[in-house]
Amino acid sequence: MNKYYLGVDLGSTTSKAVIINEQDEIIGRGITNTRSNYSVAADIARDEAIYNARFSILQKNIRKETDFNVEYKKYITDLESVFQYEQFKVRLDRLGEELVKTCNTMFANVEKRNMMLGHLINIRKAFKPIIKHEYIYHSLGSKNQFFRDIVSEKYNEEVNKLDMALFEPLMTIWDKSISPAENERVQFNFKELIHKAMDELKEKYKNLPDTSTENKSVNFDAEMNLLKGNFDRVSDTLRKHIDEIADLEFNIANMTGTGYGRALLPFPEDCIRSEILCHAFGAHAVFPETRTVLDIGGQDTKAIQVDKYGLVTSFQMNDRCAAGCGRYLGYIADEMSISINELGPMAMQAEKEVTICSTCTVFAGAELRELTNLGEKREDILGGLHKAIIMRAMSLIARSGGVFNEFTFTGGVARNQAVIKYLTQLVRENYGNDIRINIHTDSIFMGALGGAMFARRNIKADLPSVKKTKAEA
Amino acid sequence: MADPKEAIKENSMIIQKEMLARQFKDLSMAKELGKKVVYTFVPGNLTELILSFDMLPVYPEINALQSGMRKKSAEYIRDAEKIGFSEDVCTYVKCDIGMMLNGNIGPTGEKIPPPDLLLLSYTGCFTFLKWFENLERLYPGVPVAMLHTPYQEDGVMTEDQINYMVKQLKEEVIPKMEQVSGQKYDHARLSKMMENSAKAEDLLVKILESAKIVPSPIDAYFAGVYYIGPIFTAFRGTGEAVDYYTELWNEVQQRIKLGLGPVTPEGEIKEEKFRLVVEGPPNWTNFREFWKIFYDMGAVIVASSYTKVGGVYDLGFRHDPKEPLESLAKYCMGVYTNMNLPQRVDMLEKYVNEYKADGFLINSIKSCNSFSAGQLMIMREIEQRAGVPVGFIESDLVDPRYFSYANIKNRLESYFQMLEQRKIILKQEEATV
Repeated sequence: MNKYYLGVDLGSTTSKAVIINEQDEIIGRGITNTRSNYSVAADIARDEAIYNARFSILQKNIRKETDFNVEYKKYITDLESVFQYEQFKVRLDRLGEELVKTCNTMFANVEKRNMMLGHLINIRKAFKPIIKHEYIYHSLGSKNQFFRDIVSEKYNEEVNKLDMALFEPLMTIWDKSISPAENERVQFNFKELIHKAMDELKEKYKNLPDTSTENKSVNFDAEMNLLKGNFDRVSDTLRKHIDEIADLEFNIANMTGTGYGRALLPFPEDCIRSEILCHAFGAHAVFPETRTVLDIGGQDTKAIQVDKYGLVTSFQMNDRCAAGCGRYLGYIADEMSISINELGPMAMQAEKEVTICSTCTVFAGAELRELTNLGEKREDILGGLHKAIIMRAMSLIARSGGVFNEFTFTGGVARNQAVIKYLTQLVRENYGNDIRINIHTDSIFMGALGGAMFARRNIKADLPSVKKTKAEA
Repeated sequence: MADPKEAIKENSMIIQKEMLARQFKDLSMAKELGKKVVYTFVPGNLTELILSFDMLPVYPEINALQSGMRKKSAEYIRDAEKIGFSEDVCTYVKCDIGMMLNGNIGPTGEKIPPPDLLLLSYTGCFTFLKWFENLERLYPGVPVAMLHTPYQEDGVMTEDQINYMVKQLKEEVIPKMEQVSGQKYDHARLSKMMENSAKAEDLLVKILESAKIVPSPIDAYFAGVYYIGPIFTAFRGTGEAVDYYTELWNEVQQRIKLGLGPVTPEGEIKEEKFRLVVEGPPNWTNFREFWKIFYDMGAVIVASSYTKVGGVYDLGFRHDPKEPLESLAKYCMGVYTNMNLPQRVDMLEKYVNEYKADGFLINSIKSCNSFSAGQLMIMREIEQRAGVPVGFIESDLVDPRYFSYANIKNRLESYFQMLEQRKIILKQEEATV
């Protein structure tokens, strides 16, 4: 039987899980927002990683076929998206129950209660099809957005359309309901859900308008078209493979927990490792020439020096001040009333970088408004803010001893283009143009990956990178 | 957190407790006893000289750290800030000033008398100058004697520097002491005391160096701060100190014979997993919690720079009865924080090697310039020269606001895991070579 290894990184903002196989390949990733119940956050991340792993095993199992039939690949990608919607639906139903429960306890007056219930039903009716559409046609599930964020955004939109007087009671109902709903682990039956997803997918393709080469619709997709033409055949051929992975007994041979909440993970003590070691180990495993790692997470920044084995030789961290961490960016986005994903692209538009004196998270809000009053452009202010974050990181890197050989950037913030731009600029300015800078698409998963690698190593009691170095020698 | 267990007490600990009790009793009765009181500092202290004039020394730094251990410092610091001391001022200073504002009650609950002489015996720390300027204002009219200690900028003590120090002792310090105490300087008596100093110093070195044995019978940092207590403060040069160190050395020898690990408040360390050299003072407000993190990990501190702030005896210096004033001069200039950074690095590297340490750890103190300056350079040098993993944690002397248990524990856990991984790898390396 195949053995798999799990790493869970319970961060201050997000919880990540990675599953690797015996060849150290990532086969499953899961991510969710960290919530007050750490154990639920870890469970959700792990469950998602296992579902994701089933899909990648499926892809692998039929690799030969997919090489010749692109529609197979399309089917599976679409199926995973719809599968994510099926999970979403279950969670939404659970939240619905909670909203009704809160409403019932909040309003003693029957008339008022019914009125509120009516609004809740209408809100749900209004946003559910929109979200479904986004999942099924625009792969919302692959966009790393969490249940809470997706629903809260839509709920807010709908509430804002209603009378002002309803805002407060409806938001109170929301606030009181989301936490209990979110802090409960929902158990899914993979097989049942994937069959539902297959049915849903069938619906999708049946209702898909015929597309042809002349069709200039933005939705035009050659693979989608091909799949539509062969849907029943593809679906029938893949069914047995799908059932096979649904029935696959998933054997997690060993696991490692890491991150701030690691002590609270339901793992044995010897399976818990510091996130500093895990981030370094993960980054080093992906880029073996790495000697310096910078990790910018939700609530801390770490500069880590590693040796040829991926072992940490020293580290410096900023855990006293949030300025420069992921949460800082989140706060700035809130202050500017834009989403955190828009920050980087907007900062990339900067024509100059406005000097930001205060890198204190809370005071940056006031500074931001002051600079806007002075006529500075938002883009330029954001450019300055992003640069300020990196200047902080540079000082931390200097404290840890500087940049050696390859430099790898990890953590959630590594997805921000503007951060990457200024980091690259400043690393090159300070440590030379020939420093190689690595940023992996899985940068946010590096801690969990390192954890999974430690888990695998524990079984065999050796380090993969050591073997590698030895083999090379 | 669970209630701490009743700490184990060895005989030497009881002796030290009694010594301190007597010291503070004497201080509280200074007036009745007709004794004059001298406020002074630990680094480069002139204890024998003070005692030779039958005066009683008070060490504001020690009072501050004891207030920290007794959980009084937060209140004292707050009161000092209330009268205008900035958040960034050394917390020893603020704690001391706060204690004064609250009636100057010492660790035994007895009142500490006001000074008859302010003896600024060490100028290597700029804050010390400012500290005594404040005390001068708080105790108007009290004479101040200042001994300007040249920094070992070039890593050596020159003949000129020694002469300069002796001159200051003769022309500034001793005349002020004579004036305050009403006694004449007694060369023979000072010389006699220095015999005791040297005896106790020999014993202290043996005790501290016992940590070279693997596994170590002592903890040279957390327990070390108790071991240095008498000799760094009011007891150097006394017979009591010699007795204390004789007893302590017997206990250590006994531990060595029985193969026992260090005594900690949580119990004896059964398995020494890591041997560390630590640079920087400990945190006092959460001393026991801090120590327990190391205890839980089986980490023993085998050498530390902090236990050298009142004299680097293990590098060979002894007080010399033959030339008491010259040896006081050399002593003052030779304390750890008066050594230049290359000297400090050399010493710490020697410790890592001679004490067979697995790692080097710095506790960086927000309050302390004397220690913090150069620490990152020291860390990098040790990492490169000694090839051991280095760690860095941050806390403060006596301001509890700067001790974050969670952050420190997180960093230390990471650090210990680093050491553990390294051990596994080195073992594999050896096996495959």
